[in-house]
Amino acid sequence: MSTLAHPRPRPLRRPLANPVTVFLAVVAAIGGALLAWRFVSGVGAVSHLNDGYPWGIWIAFDVVVGTALATGGYATAILVYVLNRGKYHPLVRSAMLTSALGYTLGAFGVVVDLGRFWNVWKIPLFISQWNTRSILLEVALCILLYMIVLWVEVSPAFLEGWKSSRRPRLAAFATAAEPKVRKALPWVIALGLLLPTMHQSSLGSLMLLAGQKVHPLWSTPLLPLLFLLSCVGMGYSVVVAESLLSTHAFGTRDETPMLAGLATPVVWTLFLYVWIRVIDVMARGRLALVLKGDWHSFLFLFELAAFLTPMLMLLNRGRRNDPGRLFRAAVMICFAGALYRFSTFLIAYNPGHGWRYFASFPEMMITAGLVSGEILTYVLAVNYFPILAGGPAAPRAHRRQPWARAS
Amino acid sequence: MPMDRRGALKVLAVAGASAAGVAALPRQAAAREAKTAPEGAVGMLYDSTLCIGCKACMGACRDANGLTYEDPEGMYYDPVDLSSRAKTVIKVYEDTDGKKYCFFKAQCMHCIDPACASACMLGAFSKREGGIVTWDGDRCVGCRYCEVACPFGVPKFEFDKSVPKMVKCEMCAHRLREGKLPACVEVCPRQAIIFGKRDALLAEARKRIADNPHQYFPKVYGETDGGGTQVLFLSPAGIPFDRVGLPDLGTRSVPDLPETVQHTLYAGFAAPVALYAMLAAAVRRNWKRGEGASGSTDGEAAP
Repeated sequence: MSTLAHPRPRPLRRPLANPVTVFLAVVAAIGGALLAWRFVSGVGAVSHLNDGYPWGIWIAFDVVVGTALATGGYATAILVYVLNRGKYHPLVRSAMLTSALGYTLGAFGVVVDLGRFWNVWKIPLFISQWNTRSILLEVALCILLYMIVLWVEVSPAFLEGWKSSRRPRLAAFATAAEPKVRKALPWVIALGLLLPTMHQSSLGSLMLLAGQKVHPLWSTPLLPLLFLLSCVGMGYSVVVAESLLSTHAFGTRDETPMLAGLATPVVWTLFLYVWIRVIDVMARGRLALVLKGDWHSFLFLFELAAFLTPMLMLLNRGRRNDPGRLFRAAVMICFAGALYRFSTFLIAYNPGHGWRYFASFPEMMITAGLVSGEILTYVLAVNYFPILAGGPAAPRAHRRQPWARAS
Repeated sequence: MPMDRRGALKVLAVAGASAAGVAALPRQAAAREAKTAPEGAVGMLYDSTLCIGCKACMGACRDANGLTYEDPEGMYYDPVDLSSRAKTVIKVYEDTDGKKYCFFKAQCMHCIDPACASACMLGAFSKREGGIVTWDGDRCVGCRYCEVACPFGVPKFEFDKSVPKMVKCEMCAHRLREGKLPACVEVCPRQAIIFGKRDALLAEARKRIADNPHQYFPKVYGETDGGGTQVLFLSPAGIPFDRVGLPDLGTRSVPDLPETVQHTLYAGFAAPVALYAMLAAAVRRNWKRGEGASGSTDGEAAP
């Protein structure tokens, strides 16, 4: 490994319009229009949500899977700031940005889903009404606070960009604020490590209250631990996938050797997850359900295979340096974790009484629109602000944005 | 790579410790005291053997609670299940061989330890006067976690409205305040559903079974089921309760396990505070070592 100083992050400054961004913008616009319809006509007008399945993809995907995919910031922070692996520091900024965007998307997803959204501001403010028994209250407050923490964590990137702004006031604000934020940062980062530990595990506890509606292969008091482990595995994998994609899409420095190092915590996390999941099912005498041969047992085995395959792919240290293999494994881990979470909230959830649910087209388009908006914001942010490290010398020929001039 | 191994060991230690902690939970289960019915708890007793399925209670409930007609022309009110337009429904159960049948009443059970009230972030659903579970719209954000939680599938949401409410039986709390009976109780021509103090109703239910053991299924549903409910059910002989829409929940209330897990992890908020202190110490130490305002070296991590 090199002992050279890391290259500083810098804005990419490339032309923005290309087929991908235009497509994303169109999807985001359609999603936005459907969103307006939802707020005018009610949740039922656009979705297939019903009294048997009151939570659909807006919760199971946007929030439960979405925020887990956004734990890249959490996972890299564990590595860099708790385990003191300074060499991974170049990954922190873009991971934090993706996390901030992912959690913001999750928060949007919640507001879209909330039937009486006009009361939502009361949750953080009406302390005297807090029901401290409510697991959802803990999750909601934690996610809200963590979203703020994440934006504080990425704010140095924006402040750096604004310092050289042509607007004197913005520049003065950024120059004054930056050292203060940096001073507070260690405390904020520690909070950013605590909060996901709390709410990512509590997301699992949520489904304990659903009791018998969740299939016994998924319902276990270990849900919080399994949810925590699954999100950490997904967090590292998102960082790997995102970094390899950035290298491919933006031509930034190839970080494969560094990413290969992430395989070690990933393999350990996956191993722990699978081990605990299997021991739990055996210890609770539910092995018979695994061998029953119905579609629940198939889903359970398929999930385990989805966790085991990438783990085995990454076992051989020599092969981790193959970017293609690394990327495939990372995507599979994200899929495995997403499937596990989605199963717990929807596929293995059965309220009985003949209720059925499959997301409607507008419902899916709203989610697709939110995701597209998130990716577009990421593209805009790395283009104008110093987020990605080690990019090639920024081409100076591009038009400069008056509000974010590179130094 | 010694660093890798050490790092992995740390991760393993942390995860192992938390696994041990969570594994110890079931033994801690007794820590959360089982809830008992509040002082002066009211309730209802439904006796299926008396019900003739006339559905007068449904119409009375609709009128007393301002529910809208299901039929677009407003001619006919015959909901087949609980919904945002029906807080109570009379259903019929028939054996596969057609020899036994009975009516049964779907409505809120007013649990002693309600899952909806455990779920609710701001306490929109909570046990209020007489232990009745009522809804306060000012505290409801419409998250519908109550619907996920309720083992009886009782709370219903107005999916078709842009300003939706949560709808469920509130034991006609508004009528009780005026000194009246719940509408279904008042209208029932057979006293198949009666209102009173829960203690008295439970004694009455037990007496009916004791007096006519051949007529009843030998159990009062709600005495201990799901931690006990304030609405009690009697079923005819030979028809167990899971046939008439009342799930076999055991005696433990639904919120007991999740709250035990959460309360053990968050007891006195000590664990999060301790964890934060440890994390802050680690971050500050590593921050000074490697991180800096101007990028850093990876000297610490070099082999």
